[in-house]
Amino acid sequence: MKILIVGGGMGGTILGNNLARRLAPELRAGKVQLTMLSASDKHMYQPGLLYLALGRMTPDELYRDQASLLEPGIDFQVDPVETFELDQNRVKTKSGKTHAYDILVIATGSRPVPEMTPGLAENAETFYTEATAVKMFKRLHAFQGGRVVVAVGVPHKCPMAPLEIIFMLHDYFKDRGIRDKVQLHYTYPIGRVHSLEPVAKWAAPEMDRLGITYETLFNVKQVDGANKVVKSEEGTEAKYDLLITIPAHKGMEVIEKNKLGAGGFIPTDKTKLLMEGRKNVYIIGDTTNIPISKAGSTVHYQAETLGENIAAIVKLGSPVREHDGKVFCFIEVGKDRATYAQFNYTTPPDPKPPTKAVHWFKMAYNKLYWTTARGLL
Amino acid sequence: MAERTIIDARGSFCPGPLMELIARLKFGAVGDEFEVLSTDKGSASDIPEWIHKVGHELLDTREEAGVWHIALRKTK
Repeated sequence: MKILIVGGGMGGTILGNNLARRLAPELRAGKVQLTMLSASDKHMYQPGLLYLALGRMTPDELYRDQASLLEPGIDFQVDPVETFELDQNRVKTKSGKTHAYDILVIATGSRPVPEMTPGLAENAETFYTEATAVKMFKRLHAFQGGRVVVAVGVPHKCPMAPLEIIFMLHDYFKDRGIRDKVQLHYTYPIGRVHSLEPVAKWAAPEMDRLGITYETLFNVKQVDGANKVVKSEEGTEAKYDLLITIPAHKGMEVIEKNKLGAGGFIPTDKTKLLMEGRKNVYIIGDTTNIPISKAGSTVHYQAETLGENIAAIVKLGSPVREHDGKVFCFIEVGKDRATYAQFNYTTPPDPKPPTKAVHWFKMAYNKLYWTTARGLL
Repeated sequence: MAERTIIDARGSFCPGPLMELIARLKFGAVGDEFEVLSTDKGSASDIPEWIHKVGHELLDTREEAGVWHIALRKTK
């Protein structure tokens, strides 16, 4: 049996390692082939970009060689897929190779697209790539005072990022001794300050306490850089001296070019993780169109479910369980306090008050992530 | 009648039904119809309020067996 994983990010890597362990005897006996195709030989710890923008991590801390994270049984190739021929059970890569499969997993992720919003890419700072996070760090470092506005596009990766950046900016400017010269203004697309209602109920009074103003039902329509104004779809405006955005995201271009899903997000069954209309194509992580958080933990738990199921297909002939939609997100609430939200398809989150202990656990996890990618944690 | 895209946001806590609708609308064309399914009763008021505020066309709101169905047409 040929199992092909397209994508070497968090989802593909955890799944690949999970399968390599579960199917070690079959791989040794040559009964199973496990191949991973990726666009890069590097693996980035994406949550570290938030810390990079604030000068609390450096770029080199974000990367490992992808091959060093993988179990020996995985045939890893840096050769991105360009064409999906699902009716023929094969893909074609940039180098011209054709890979046939019995089971295909697509885990290509998502990408920020600030250029979708007029004026946004040219006038806003963001931290969703290494280059933009470094640029934002330099801009923040030089900033001496004025009105900072956070504007949030949808859909976006990391649902906690809008809250984390506004609270961390409060502490950042406080530590620099210029918090009294900075006005922090937070905007959010729906009618409360976060999509998770219990989180919003806690965060709004916390913003009040810290002197952070906020406006809800604010979807970024365009940015007028000459007049330093961000305009919303709802008809309101916010003036800024420094604009920081959580940009809207799309799926990867290869998904759009192959017409696998609108916006590059592939229609996916939320419990089976199967691509709609297909029996041997699985989709995980940001690549799905499931209404679930685009977050590392989302794909971590999906990869574990799918690893168990694909191994069961090999050993028993069918999958053994449905996915429950588990998500676990840390929420940094400034420089030294944090909380978390945990939920699934049926159980809402019940976040606890922030503590230093959870913050330090998050700091530890920033290092422990590499054991998660290896499938050990 | 235009083909209607169903957005099944039942049980979605994050991003939730309204945020999911806003996201899907971005990748649709003017004239496309969408129908959001939500088990969050707040959606019955939040989503129509946002549709009116932004200027899309609300087509229908109904509740069936604990699931709210909110249909709209993208107008811009």
